[in-house]
Amino acid sequence: MALSEENRKGRDRASLPPWVKTTALTMGSIAVTMLGLLFVTFIIGRVMPIDPVLAIVGERASQSTYDAVYLELGLDKPLVVQFAYYIWDVLHLDFGTSLLNARPVSEDIARVFPATLELATLGIIIGVVIGVPLGVIAAVRKGSWTDQVARVVALVGYSMPIFWLGLMGLLIFYGILGWVGGPGRVGIFYVDVVPSVTGLILVDAALDGNWDVFKNAFSHIILPASLLGYFSLAYISRMTRSFMLEQLSAEYITTARVKGMSEWDVVWKHAFKNIRVQLVTVIALSYAGLLEGSVLTEIIFSWPGIGSYITTALLSADMNAVLGGTVVVGLIFILLNIFSDLLYKVFDPRAK
Amino acid sequence: MNTISKLLTGAAIGLAVSVTSFSAIAETPANMLVIAHRIDDITTVDPAESFEFAGSDISRNIYSRLVNLDPNDLAAGYQPDLAESWEVSEDGMTITFTMREGVTFHSGNPVRAEDAAFSLQRAVILDKTPAFILTQFGFTPENVAETIRAEGNQLIITTDKRYATSFILNCLTATIGAVVDKELVMANEVDGDMGNAWLQTNSAGSGPYKLDSWKPNESVTMSSNPDYYDGAPAMERVIVRHVLESASQRLLLERGDVDIARNLNPEDIAGASAMEGIRIEDELKGRLMYIALNQKHPELSKPEVRQAFKYLIDYEGMRDSFLKGQYTIHQNFLPATYLGASEENPFSYNLEKAKELLDAAGVEGLEIEIGVREAQERIEIGQSFQNAAAQVGITVNITVGTAKQILGRYRARELDVYLGAWGPDYPDPQTNAGTFAYNPDNSDEAQATGLLAWRNSWDTGGLTEKVEAAVVENDRDTRIQMYQDIQAEFRETSPFVVMFQQIEQSALRDNVTDWSTGQAVTSAAYWQVTK
Repeated sequence: MALSEENRKGRDRASLPPWVKTTALTMGSIAVTMLGLLFVTFIIGRVMPIDPVLAIVGERASQSTYDAVYLELGLDKPLVVQFAYYIWDVLHLDFGTSLLNARPVSEDIARVFPATLELATLGIIIGVVIGVPLGVIAAVRKGSWTDQVARVVALVGYSMPIFWLGLMGLLIFYGILGWVGGPGRVGIFYVDVVPSVTGLILVDAALDGNWDVFKNAFSHIILPASLLGYFSLAYISRMTRSFMLEQLSAEYITTARVKGMSEWDVVWKHAFKNIRVQLVTVIALSYAGLLEGSVLTEIIFSWPGIGSYITTALLSADMNAVLGGTVVVGLIFILLNIFSDLLYKVFDPRAK
Repeated sequence: MNTISKLLTGAAIGLAVSVTSFSAIAETPANMLVIAHRIDDITTVDPAESFEFAGSDISRNIYSRLVNLDPNDLAAGYQPDLAESWEVSEDGMTITFTMREGVTFHSGNPVRAEDAAFSLQRAVILDKTPAFILTQFGFTPENVAETIRAEGNQLIITTDKRYATSFILNCLTATIGAVVDKELVMANEVDGDMGNAWLQTNSAGSGPYKLDSWKPNESVTMSSNPDYYDGAPAMERVIVRHVLESASQRLLLERGDVDIARNLNPEDIAGASAMEGIRIEDELKGRLMYIALNQKHPELSKPEVRQAFKYLIDYEGMRDSFLKGQYTIHQNFLPATYLGASEENPFSYNLEKAKELLDAAGVEGLEIEIGVREAQERIEIGQSFQNAAAQVGITVNITVGTAKQILGRYRARELDVYLGAWGPDYPDPQTNAGTFAYNPDNSDEAQATGLLAWRNSWDTGGLTEKVEAAVVENDRDTRIQMYQDIQAEFRETSPFVVMFQQIEQSALRDNVTDWSTGQAVTSAAYWQVTK
C-alpha cells in the first residue's frame, strides 16, 4: 500500500499542469491536421491534369526550353522528395515564388488576404446582427407573418444564385441609383492614397484620418459585404430559429413563464443563453466560409481577395500559389475551430 | 424611447444619409485614362521575359526601342525610335544604328548605345521564353559580346547570315527589343541575374510612361514621362484596372468610372453600343483559329481529304452566330494587317464539294478524334464541324481537355485532328510562315515541337525552302509577293484549315480619341490618346 502511494505521488509530481497538457494537445492536433492538409493539397496539385511547365514556357516553346524549366521546378525528383522540400519550405513560411507573377506567394497572400478578411468580417457582422434577431423572432412568433417573412428571406438566400444577385445589386445600386461605389476596393482617385498598414482599407484610412478614403472604401465594400451578409444571415437565421424552437419547447421555459418571468427575460436570458454554444459553431463555420473567399462575389466586384487569387492560380496552373492559398485557408479553419472551442468554455462552464 | 433605441435610430439615419450621399460619382479627369481590362495574364514586366498580351501593353508604353511602330499609322511599318537612323552593310549581315542624342531614361540617366547593346545582349544571355526572337539571328550567350556591340554613339549588330533587313527590324519592334537602363538594372542585380528579379516588378525605361505600380490581378498604374523625347503624353496618368467580368466592365463604362472597356462579350457590346456617349471600335488582332490534320493518319494525308475538310467548315454560319463580332473569316496563315497578308478566302461551306473530294480519295466510314481545349468558342466550332462531317459520313469524336492533356498530345503528334488558336510572336511574316509552312526535318527524332507543321507531321513539299528564301529577301515588294505566293500554295496543299481571325472590340467613352490596341502586329499604346 505504501509503495503504491509512493508511486502515485511520483506520477503526480511528474505530471504537467492541465493547461500545458491542453496546449500541447491543441498544438499537436494543429500540427497533424496541417500535415494532412499539406499532404492532400500537395498530392492533388501533382495529379491534376495541368502542366505548370507549359504555363511558364508557353505552348510554342521548344522541347529543350520545356525540359530546362521542368528540371528547374524540380519536377524530375520523386514525389516524396518534392513533398519533403515543400514541408521544409512551409516550415520557414516560404510558399515559394508564384510561377506566374514571379513574386513570393507569401507576399501575394499578405496582399490579397486582408481584402477578403475585411469583406468577410463586415459580411459576417451583417449576417449576425440581422440573422440572429430574425431567427429568434421567427421562433418566438412561430407561424406568424414575421416567421413567414424570415423563412422566405432564408429561402431566397439559399436558392438565389449569388452571381445573379451580385450583378443585379451592382446594376441597381451602382449602375442606376449610383448609391454605392462600383467594382474594386476603392475608387481610382483613392488608389494608394493612404499608406497600407494593415491592408484593410477601412482601418488604414481611419488610422490615417483620411475620411474621404474611408467613405469611398465603405461605398465600395457595402454592397458585396451586404450580399455575403445576406447569404450568411439566411443560414444563421434558419439555424437560430431551429435552436430556439427546441429551447422554447423545453420544460424549464414553461416553468419560467409560470413563475411570471417577462417574455423578454424568458427568450433572451434563458432560451437564447442556452443556444449560444450551438450558435457559435454556426457563426464560426459561416465566417470560415466567407474567409475562404467567395470566388463569384470577388469576380463580380473585382475584389482582389484570396478566393479569386486561388482560382486564378488554379486556372493558370500556378501550383505554388494554389498550395500557399490552400494552406492559409486550412489554417483559418483550424484557428476558427480552436476559437470556437474556447468560446464553448466561456459560454458553457461544463466544457471547462 | 430608451437609450438603445435612440442609438439604433441615430445609427440607421446616419447610415442612410452616408450611403445616399455616394450617388454623385465623378467622371474620370481629362488628363487621366482609365481602362477596364483582364490583366491576369501578366507574369512579369521584364521585357526580356514578358510574352503575354497585357504584359506587352505595359512594355510598349514604358520602353522605347531602337525602332518602333507608330500607333497612328501601323501600316507604315517600323519607324526610327531611339535609333535615329541605320545603315546595312553590303553583305547584309551588319546593321549599324546611330542613336538619338539627348534622350534620357526615367531615372535621368542618358540613353546610350551601350544601353541598347546591353539590353539585347541581356535578353540573349537570360534566354527566357521570347529569346528566340533574337537568337534566330545567330546570337548566342557566347558570341553576343562580338555580335552586338556599342561603339560611341552607334550600336552594331552582326547576324550569322544575311536576312531581310525588314525581318530584323520588325523583330526589334517586339517587346524583347526594349532598351533598358543598364546602370539602374545592374545596380539591382542579384546573384548574376542581370537584374531579372528586380525588373520583373519594376521598370527602367525611357518611354512615354513610367510604371508606378503593378498589383497582380488588381491594377497597373503608370504616370507620364514629362521628359519623353517626342513630347509628354496628354494622359498624365493611366490606370488599367483588372475587371474580369464583362458585365462589371460595362457598368463601369456606363457610369463613367472607366474610359475604355476591353473585354465586353457580344451581348454587352450590343448593350453598350446602344448607350449614348459610348462607341465601339473594332481592330483585327493576330489570333487565328484553325484545324490541323495529322499527316501520320493514312486517310487525312490524302490531298483530296485535306481539301475536303476546308469545305466542311460553316464559316459564315459561325461568324454570324456565336462568333459574331469576335472573329472574322480568314483562311491564310498571315493575319490581316501583317506584311504580306492575303485577303483571299476561297473556301466556303460546301458539303457536295467535300463529298466529291472524299469519294475521289476513296474515303468511306472515316472515324477521327479531334482534340479541343476547354474553351467555349472552340468547343462550339468543334461541334459545328462535327455536324458537318457527319453529313458526309465522317464520324468526329471530340475530346475536350486541359492544355496539358490536349497540347501534350498535339506536341507529341498523337492527335488525329487538333482545333486550336495561334497568335504571332513578333510583327514580321516570318513569325507564322516559320511555323505553319516551315519544317526542315519531319522525323520524330527532330522534336521540333515549336513548329506547327512538324506537330502535324507535314512535309511541306518545297514551302520550307520558299520560306527560307522569303526571310532573306531585301526588297519589300518582292518579299510581300513571296509570302502571298507561299500562302496561295499553302491554302491548297496544307493540312491546315485556317478559319477565323480575331477581332478585338473596345468600348470607349465618346471623348476618347486615337485609341489603338495595336492591331495584329503590336500591343496597345496610350501616349497618343487624348480626351
